Amino acid sequence: MSRKKTEREYKRSFAYHFFRWLNGNEDPLMGQVEMKPQKPYQETPEEIRRKIRERNALFLRFYGVVKSREVRNFERVYKIASVIFCSILIALLLLTVSYLPPVGSVERPINNEVAQRYIEKGLEETGAVNIVSGMILDYRAFDTLGESHVLFTATVTVLILLRLDKKKDSKNSSPMERTEIDDQVYEPQNDAILQGAAFILVPIIIIFGIYVILNGHLGPGGGFSGGAIIGAGLILYLNAFGFQKTERFFTEKTYKWISFSALSFYCVAKSYSFYTGANHLESIIPKGAPGAILSSGLILPLNIAVGLVVASTMYAFFVMFRKGGF
Amino acid sequence: MDMIHNFPFFSILIALFSSTICSVLPGKIAKWVNTAVIIIAGVMSGTVLWYVSATGKCFVYLMGHFPAPWGNEIRAGILEGAMALFFCIIMLLCMWGGRKKLLEEVEESKHNLYYVLVNLLLSSLLALIYTNDLFTAYVFVEINTIAACGLIMIRQIGRTLEAAMRYMIMSLVGSGLLLFGICMLYDLTGHLLMSNIQEQVTQIMTDGTYAIPLVITIGLMVTGLAIKSALFPFHAWLPDAYGYSTISSAAILSSLVSKGYIFLLIKIIYRVIGFQVFRNSHIINVLFVFGLLAMVFGSLSAIKENDIRRMIAFSSVAQIGYIYMGIGLGTKVGMIASVYHILGHAAGKALLFISVIGLSDVSGFSRRFVDQTGAGYRNKIAGIGFTIGSLSMVGVPMFAGFISKLLFAQATVNNTLKMLPTLIALAISTILNAIYFMKTVIRTYEPKPDCQYEGIKIRQEKLYALTIVLFVIVNIALGMSSQPVVDAISVGLDMFG
Repeated sequence: MSRKKTEREYKRSFAYHFFRWLNGNEDPLMGQVEMKPQKPYQETPEEIRRKIRERNALFLRFYGVVKSREVRNFERVYKIASVIFCSILIALLLLTVSYLPPVGSVERPINNEVAQRYIEKGLEETGAVNIVSGMILDYRAFDTLGESHVLFTATVTVLILLRLDKKKDSKNSSPMERTEIDDQVYEPQNDAILQGAAFILVPIIIIFGIYVILNGHLGPGGGFSGGAIIGAGLILYLNAFGFQKTERFFTEKTYKWISFSALSFYCVAKSYSFYTGANHLESIIPKGAPGAILSSGLILPLNIAVGLVVASTMYAFFVMFRKGGF
Repeated sequence: MDMIHNFPFFSILIALFSSTICSVLPGKIAKWVNTAVIIIAGVMSGTVLWYVSATGKCFVYLMGHFPAPWGNEIRAGILEGAMALFFCIIMLLCMWGGRKKLLEEVEESKHNLYYVLVNLLLSSLLALIYTNDLFTAYVFVEINTIAACGLIMIRQIGRTLEAAMRYMIMSLVGSGLLLFGICMLYDLTGHLLMSNIQEQVTQIMTDGTYAIPLVITIGLMVTGLAIKSALFPFHAWLPDAYGYSTISSAAILSSLVSKGYIFLLIKIIYRVIGFQVFRNSHIINVLFVFGLLAMVFGSLSAIKENDIRRMIAFSSVAQIGYIYMGIGLGTKVGMIASVYHILGHAAGKALLFISVIGLSDVSGFSRRFVDQTGAGYRNKIAGIGFTIGSLSMVGVPMFAGFISKLLFAQATVNNTLKMLPTLIALAISTILNAIYFMKTVIRTYEPKPDCQYEGIKIRQEKLYALTIVLFVIVNIALGMSSQPVVDAISVGLDMFG
């Protein structure tokens, strides 16, 4: 026989709260979280006037001129003209597409001896099961060499734009400048949910990235995609745990040396390959058995090099845009 | 195979590799690496030029183990060798001339990055010159664009940042159109190698199957490259980009980067599309008209300009117009004149940029036209350099500008339809050039008795003086011994076909 609960006991039980919540009589979050309704965003006319004034002042500071009525009219005409121009361009391109050879047809000019050899002899000539890897890292390796240097150029340019000048760090600078320099202080830190998720996800993401890189010559994947995955993992880790943790193993110096050694390895290895190829010399790099992890000559090491460059570049971009210690 | 066959490949790779090395070196050592790399690349290009003109045949070089339509390829002929040599010389002089200014205007921690970008730019220019593959060209166009952005904004003041932004947007529109064009051309022909595409294009034109998309493809590629090299209606990014960046960047951008794209366009016209096909499409007339407009409107903007460096930048718009006008004539003579003008303008404009900074430095760092009064006396070598550059731009005999104008005029003779507009535009543009350049030269040599600015002696800036002297020599050499250059260009264009 069960004993009848008193009302006070019942009110403390889970079932009481649960059924009340189910019927909509109780809100469990009531009184627990901050519940101020957001104020609708409204600008006073004075605010708007101040903003316009600031914009004009900025314009004046850079150009030494104030926008006249003619300039403003010109800008209006310009906007309309650019919309018209873009529409014409879109129409023209769509029209052209209708004249192009139909997709999927056997008669297309791209079904020629070039693609045929890639497909039929790709495995034999490059040793890579993944034809795409064989194409980008062996047949057309010069393009990929350029492509990885595009990334390098982009990082150098971002470094020029965003690198903090160390001299400004002194105490003489105004408080505004100092907050501008280290506004990481205001960023949310120690978010428990994010940290918990990152704790589980980051190792898996990075291992998956390594897998994609190492399997680039055997299946879908390769240096660019695997590097992007690892970079994403590192960025997640940084967001969860902050700069103090990541700067223990990844600083500007680390980035510099990783990208330097990966790119110079790429340059030297590929130069050797180009040189032997063009001069019809025998290359000493073994092809290995197709399908094995250590096979396909230079493709695996090049994939690793590209992966390192891509991963560290992505991470470095993120750090620089968040004004980390680069 | 001779060792020299490797040289184009070596020069590209050395420049690329040295950029990676410079990223870990301090600025002072990177400076020497940069100088050494430019000299080595120049010597190699010179050797290639000598070799090709001695054997009289161009050669192709496999980039890898696989022959033509499967792998990448580069190709060297007389025109390629000559362009590479010339670009190396101009780049070296630009770097020397702006070295002191670079120290003043760029933060010290970023010096090595500057040399990284210059090396990347050099390698991409060399690759654009030597490539025989359309997609390789696109990849290196990308490197070129991004590196140029970095060169503009490395001097961090508001206007360079905005100029770099504009440059990037306009330039990426150009790259995008070029990429569209390449993709569609690949779809139509099934190849990326230049010579294979040309075979297919000839076949398409005889069959007449894909004539319409082919014309649009050509249009897209030409427009893309025209935007990137600042042809007249697309020149809005140019004056700030050239006018406010540090002086080496301005000189390199105006004399090399835009010319690299034009050279790629010429290569596409001859080696991808075929000169006949290109001439029969009406795109050539569009180029001609915009070239003429650029010649006049660029000069008019330059006259209105009160800022001396922006004035020189606007003059570039006019000179780019000359080059496109020559391409638009649709004859081989016109093309020779255009290629010659690429050389002449590169030498003259780089000299002007380098010398104008000497003038404005002794005028209280002011860029206003009025403040330059008597600057030619305060900095003698810069005054001489500016005068000679101006004379060359205006087209006075003995200098490169005269020869190219003469060649343009000669090229029109057999062209009944285009002769009159060309000659009129040449005349107008020459007069306008004379107005704004001569006005500046006279202003710099007007005595100013009560001058508060200090002058500069030559021995205070030895490297700068040496640079200007070398630039003057290049200009006079181009102008005085034009016949061998023109012959070489003519043979080189024949090798393209």
